[in-house]
This record gives sequence, C-alpha cells and structure tokens, in this order.
Amino acid sequence: MMRLIGQFYLLLFALFLVGPIVVIGGVSLNAKQRMSFPPDGIGIGWFVEIFANPEWSGALVNSLIIALCSAALAVLIALPIAYTAWKHGLRYAKALLALGIAPFILPPIILALAVLLFFTTIDFNGFMINVIIAHAIFLVALPLVTISLGLEGVDRSLMEAAQTMGADERTVFRTVIFPIAAPYAMAGFAFCFVLSLNEYIIALMTVGFTVETLPIKIFNALRYGYTPIIAAIAVMFLIINIVIFSLIARLGNLPRILGAFDE
Amino acid sequence: MHAWTQDAACRKESGLFGRTRPGLTAAGNAAANAEFPRRTALSPRDEDRAMRSGTGTELAGRKELAFGRYLTLVPSSVMLGVFFLIPFALILAVSVAHKTEGGDFIFGFTTAHYERFFSGLYIGRAVFSTVTALSVSVLTLLIAFPFTYMLTRFTRRNRTLWLIYILAQLSLSEVLIAFGWQVLFSSTAGLSYILVLLGIADKPFPMAPGLGAVITALVYLALPFAVLLLYPALSRIDKSYMEASQTMGASPVRTFFNVVVPIARPALISTGVTMFVLTLGAIITPQVLGRPAHWTLSVLIQDQAIFSANMPFAAALAVVLLILAGGVIALVSRLNRGNG
Repeated sequence: MMRLIGQFYLLLFALFLVGPIVVIGGVSLNAKQRMSFPPDGIGIGWFVEIFANPEWSGALVNSLIIALCSAALAVLIALPIAYTAWKHGLRYAKALLALGIAPFILPPIILALAVLLFFTTIDFNGFMINVIIAHAIFLVALPLVTISLGLEGVDRSLMEAAQTMGADERTVFRTVIFPIAAPYAMAGFAFCFVLSLNEYIIALMTVGFTVETLPIKIFNALRYGYTPIIAAIAVMFLIINIVIFSLIARLGNLPRILGAFDE
Repeated sequence: MHAWTQDAACRKESGLFGRTRPGLTAAGNAAANAEFPRRTALSPRDEDRAMRSGTGTELAGRKELAFGRYLTLVPSSVMLGVFFLIPFALILAVSVAHKTEGGDFIFGFTTAHYERFFSGLYIGRAVFSTVTALSVSVLTLLIAFPFTYMLTRFTRRNRTLWLIYILAQLSLSEVLIAFGWQVLFSSTAGLSYILVLLGIADKPFPMAPGLGAVITALVYLALPFAVLLLYPALSRIDKSYMEASQTMGASPVRTFFNVVVPIARPALISTGVTMFVLTLGAIITPQVLGRPAHWTLSVLIQDQAIFSANMPFAAALAVVLLILAGGVIALVSRLNRGNG
C-alpha cells in the first residue's frame, strides 16, 4: 500500500516535471503557425527556421559567443582563487572565495542593476564585453566551487611523493594537480556556459538595446504574440543542456560534483 | 595570467636553488635536504616558521614567494573588486542620489526614494513578494523532499540520469519556462483541454494570467534547485540509522518522519531559504503569467530602471530587496546554528 502511494507520488512528480516539456516539444513540431497541442500536423520546419532566419540565428550566435567568453573568463578568475585558497590556505584567498560566491546567491536583478549603473557611470555602454564580464562575475561561483571540490580530491601525499622525486612546484602542478582538477574546472566551465546561454535579466540590463541574445529575443517575441519557433528553441536548449551535463557526468563524477557522499 | 605569475614566482625560487647547487658539499646537500620540507605543501603556519628561521637571503626569497602568491590573486581581485564591489557600492550611493528631470541623477544625499517606498503602494508590493516567496518555498520543499529521498535510493545509473535531466531543466531559461506554462495555461493547448476531455469543463478556458499560474510556474522553477540542494545532505545520511529504526519495528513512513526528517532539518531550512531568495529573484514569470498586481520587487526594479528611467528609486528598491534576501539568509543561518 505504502509502496503504491510512493509510486503514485513519483509518477505525479515526473509528470509535473516533464509534462510541460512534452507539451512544448509537441508544439514545436506544429506544421502551421499555431500554438496547439497535440500538434496540428508534424514537421521540423521550426527547427530549420532557427538557423534559416537571420534574426534568430544572429541572436543564437550572440548568445554562444557571450556564453563561451564569459565561461572562460569565470574559470580564469576562479582558478587562482581556488588554487591559492587550497594550496596555501591564504585567508585573503578564502575571503575572495566567499566574495565570489555572493553574486550567484543574491537575486540577479541586484547585480544587473549594479553593473548597469557602473557602465553608465563610466560611460561605457552597450558593448558585448559588458555582458561577458557581468556574466563571468555572476557565474564565477560555479567554477570556484567545482575547482575547490576537485582540489580537495588531490592526495597531498602524491604531491610530496612527486617532490621527493625531484619535481618542482610547476611540474607538480602540471603532472599531479592539473590532471585531477581539470575535469572539475571543465565542469565549472560547462555550468557557466549553460547558465550564461539561458540568462536573461543581466544581459537585458547591460546590453539589452544593442546586442540581442536569444533569451532577450524570445522575450521580445513573446510580447508580440508567439510562434512555435520559441518552443523549438526551448527543445533545442534542453537538448544542449542534457548533452553538456551528460558530458560532465562522463568526464567526472556527477554525484560528487553535486556534493553527494561518494560511496 | 595567474599561471604566468605563479610560474614567475616558482622560477625565481628554482633559480635561487640552481645557483647554489653546483658548489654543494655533503654538508650542503644535507642542508638542502633539511630545507626541502619547506618546498613541499605544508600548512601555512609551518611555512611561516621556516620563514622566520631562515637566513637573510632565504628570508628575502620566502618573502618574494609569499608576495608571489598574492600576485597571482591580483587579476581575480581586480575583476571582483571593479565589477562587483564597486557596482555594489554604486547601488547604495545612487539609492540616496537626487533624481533630475529627464531620467538622470546627480550624486548627493536624500532619503526621498526610501520615503517613497515606505509611503506608497511599494511596501505592499514588498509584503506580497515576501508572502509569495514564502509560500513557493514551502510548497517546493513539500514536493521536492520525498522525491530527493527516493532519489538517493535509486541505482547509480538511474540517479545520474535523473540528475542530468534535473540539471538540464534547472538551466533552462526562465523565459522558456514561463513560455511553456503560458502554453499550458492557454485555451488552445494544455491543461484546460485535459479537463474538457475528462468532462470536468465544458470548453477550454485560459488559466492565466492569475496568481495560481504564477505560483505554479515559480514552484516549477524552484523544484530542480530544491532537489539538487537537498540531495547532498540526504545522500550523506548514514543508512544504518534507517536500518536500526526498521529493525526496531518502525514502518518506513515512521522511519521517514522520525529519523530522516529530523536529521535533514538543517538542510531543509537552508534549502528553504535558498528557494525564498530564488523566488524573490524571479523576474519573467510574474510578468508573463501574472497581472501587474502580481509583480514582485524584482520586476518593479526592472520596471523602474528601464521603463521609468528612475535609477535612484530602482536602486532604493534593490537595497530593500538586498536587505530582505540578506536578512532572511542571516536570520535563518543563525537559527540553524543555534539549534544544530
């Protein structure tokens, strides 16, 4: 009996979680410009349209450039902080670590407004680099956490062994620390990439009127009546996300990255 | 950049050693060996001690190395300082700045914007935001907790598959989630259509905009986060507690409520707080699925900053939001520590 209730709850939960996605998927296959479910004729025309229509493909390219650059920048900011905090236990590095996590915890509108005010005050407005920096600051918490987790997994006796054998600090980093920590840095990069790709409000407040990213374009399209192309983009993004997180799971230990006890 | 400075620091050190090495005697060798531990990854305190006991030249080298460590942190410090701390301070400064005609502001000191917040309908909006965020957190926890508990008992493969899906959904843009629910709540597709099929309703009807629609979508938005935040704590619970409880004759349900829930309480509370802050941050869902009466503080800040071009008032509202979010985080983490 209890088992049955458990199964029923699990079913409801899965339905709630996956149901909307299924409906969006159905809508994206509509043959005509109608938002109906079940779809009114089947076709992949809307997926083709994302790439064929320069307005949508332009927004997609903008989003991809911003996501790649901001993820790289976030990892570059995070790496020395996580490394010095772990290697030397510097109090200053630990303080930076805590500071770097703050932007991700606070409501994003606060950082969005702060960055907008900053760029307006220094009169440097509307460039793509603005949103790249803003996203890197917003998301730096993710590589900070994943890299710290990865470094915690480095056995210090391994390093001492390497040093006893005559390796200098640089060689130890290259041969011992880097191979162990790299998958976690990659995971941090991937998290940043995915979240930057999907981020709306910070992009809107920094470059909303000059550089159109995909989420901004979608929101603007929503206001002028919607088309199944948005559903197609949702499905495409979900697939991108699933592929990237599957890669992370393959590269590293996903439950461990998420903080689970590793049995 | 950091790697370069790190390397530079190392090269200097090895250079220093390289110069002394050719003339090493047996005694010198022993000395070099004695010095060796300093080069290994010891705790900072050990390094400090070694630093103090060193000779003049060594001391200089040590200092240079310690300096090098801070040097590697310069680029990151500059980035966080310039693009986080300064903009943050700017919000505080602008929230008390004078608004000028034409949507600009000049720095100064006035409490007018805060007075406007406390006197007008905005305090009501803040209360609405708080109550909405609270109900969403509670609902999300109720739905997510049993699932996460079940998740920790799935096979490794199933667990990873679920985690991948949940991460993928969590990363999905709020724009797309709000859009999905708009479709579901519309009259042409989705839920009301199912009600017609079941014979509950006569014809499809729109279910949005409305508070119910906003809350449903917000719970949907928060759910994957809640699962991921509860997951580590629940996966660390020692399984032998549960076994002990069941050996003593407690049913699985009783074990769940008398063993699992109390152990997971700190995680439940901290997850609840995160859900609260997350919901306060939601910006598209209230606009797309609600009426202006359902707009939360985040939406109002955006509205003031972009459409009303009133930066000082937007900044003042942002400070209020910051105090609300930060206050709840601080209060609950203190309570949690006190009880735990």
